Amino acid sequence: MAVKVIIPTPLRAYAGKQDSVELQAATVAEALSGLTNKFGDLKKHLFNEDGKLRSFVNVYVNDEDIRYLQKDQTQLREGDTISIVPSIAGGAR
Amino acid sequence: MATKTGTHAGQQAAKPAAALSNDEILRYSRHLIMPEVGMDGQLKLKQAKVLCIGTGGLGAPLGLYLAAAGVGRIGLVDFDAVDFTNLQRQVLFGTSDVGRPKISAAADRLRNLNPEIQIDTFETHLSSENALDILADYDIVVDGTDNFPTRYLVNDACALLGKPNVYGSIFRFEGQVTIFGAPGGPCYRCLYPEPPPPGLVPSCAEGGVLGVLPGIIGTIQACETLKLIIGKGEPMIGRLMLFDALAMKFRELKLRKNPECPVCGEHRTITKLIDYAEFCGIRGEEAPTTVTNIPEITPRELKTRMDRGDDLFILDVREPHEFQICNLDGHLIPLGELPRRVNELDSSREIVAHCRSGKRSADAVDFLRKAGFRKIWNLKGGILAWSDEVDPTVPKY
Repeated sequence: MAVKVIIPTPLRAYAGKQDSVELQAATVAEALSGLTNKFGDLKKHLFNEDGKLRSFVNVYVNDEDIRYLQKDQTQLREGDTISIVPSIAGGAR
Repeated sequence: MATKTGTHAGQQAAKPAAALSNDEILRYSRHLIMPEVGMDGQLKLKQAKVLCIGTGGLGAPLGLYLAAAGVGRIGLVDFDAVDFTNLQRQVLFGTSDVGRPKISAAADRLRNLNPEIQIDTFETHLSSENALDILADYDIVVDGTDNFPTRYLVNDACALLGKPNVYGSIFRFEGQVTIFGAPGGPCYRCLYPEPPPPGLVPSCAEGGVLGVLPGIIGTIQACETLKLIIGKGEPMIGRLMLFDALAMKFRELKLRKNPECPVCGEHRTITKLIDYAEFCGIRGEEAPTTVTNIPEITPRELKTRMDRGDDLFILDVREPHEFQICNLDGHLIPLGELPRRVNELDSSREIVAHCRSGKRSADAVDFLRKAGFRKIWNLKGGILAWSDEVDPTVPKY
């Protein structure tokens, strides 16, 4: 499945400064491992030492949070958009 | 702590508190002639009480539009003073305000904009001790703060008090907006159960922000606040708006209430405010990356050693665009590239690492020490301290 992963601003520095990456994957887990294989520096920003997605990073397939789908086993369809949405806190200063 | 001052419209003693004076009718005319607001909506605005946490980038457009729209009572919470670096985006303030408490400058500006409304000022850090008292008087809270501990504090206080929290957050050229804490809707912890460990996500001060971005995001927060007050339209409850200013794209994601949420779920475990610094520093999922026991050298010591002709290798771990602003003629390897460029360094030489303020370079020194480097120091206070203590011709940014 050809899918698009949208890289958020804080992580673009670790993804060759790209705002999105197109890759082939059948599940969210495959898409994320494809991404971290391509950009090794991203790995520690997305996953903890146990290889679990960090709790301040959410992943969406189209507009749905994978926590409410089949998590990283969520199946992908041709043309799906995966969004990585980390928490950001800026605002006042 | 709080000073509550404000001017109500004159000549209204004989009228019910909720009525508009002729001056107000003229002022709000463009609202009143629109059926979606009308007299009913304008009276709701007049009776509304909104608390703005933070009067910086997001708080500036927010405060301006809420005041202009006639929100009857606006509370402002901030402890900071205006500085020159604020003026690029914090449009509440002018150059002559630099050095003044933000809260005073903001209150003056908003009272000048609309003397019909009441401005309450709280010149304080919002804390677990004072948050419930400060929030208690208001109907809606708008979060325009800049750090994770305060974000979780505001969220939990709103959840405990049952108040909606109009949330906005920004980074560089990207923003997020939603409404947390509405009845039946999700809260911040439903979205992010835990904060990132300190140091992993840069703040605006470290990461920079496009000046107009908080204007856009803060204005959306103002819009959502006004809609909540007048009860019109579709509020952004259960919807997370992502905005990318470079692509000029808005995207909307579904935001669900987490049944297991510790603060708003059915079996909540958080029933009072906690220590948020601890929550964000120690309870993160890994040890803080802000390291201690890093060997340091002060700018003066470094200057003395350089003048003496010591063979020191200056390692600059900032980004190339920062190097362009000013530099100490060091060898540039951005912190993020250090692991794969470590072979450019000679561990037999004495190395002094620096960044802007000393934080990133502390991480660099920690990393290099673990990689076996022994003769390495962190420049205490970074290039900012160098400018203060050694060479004032080096610009600060």
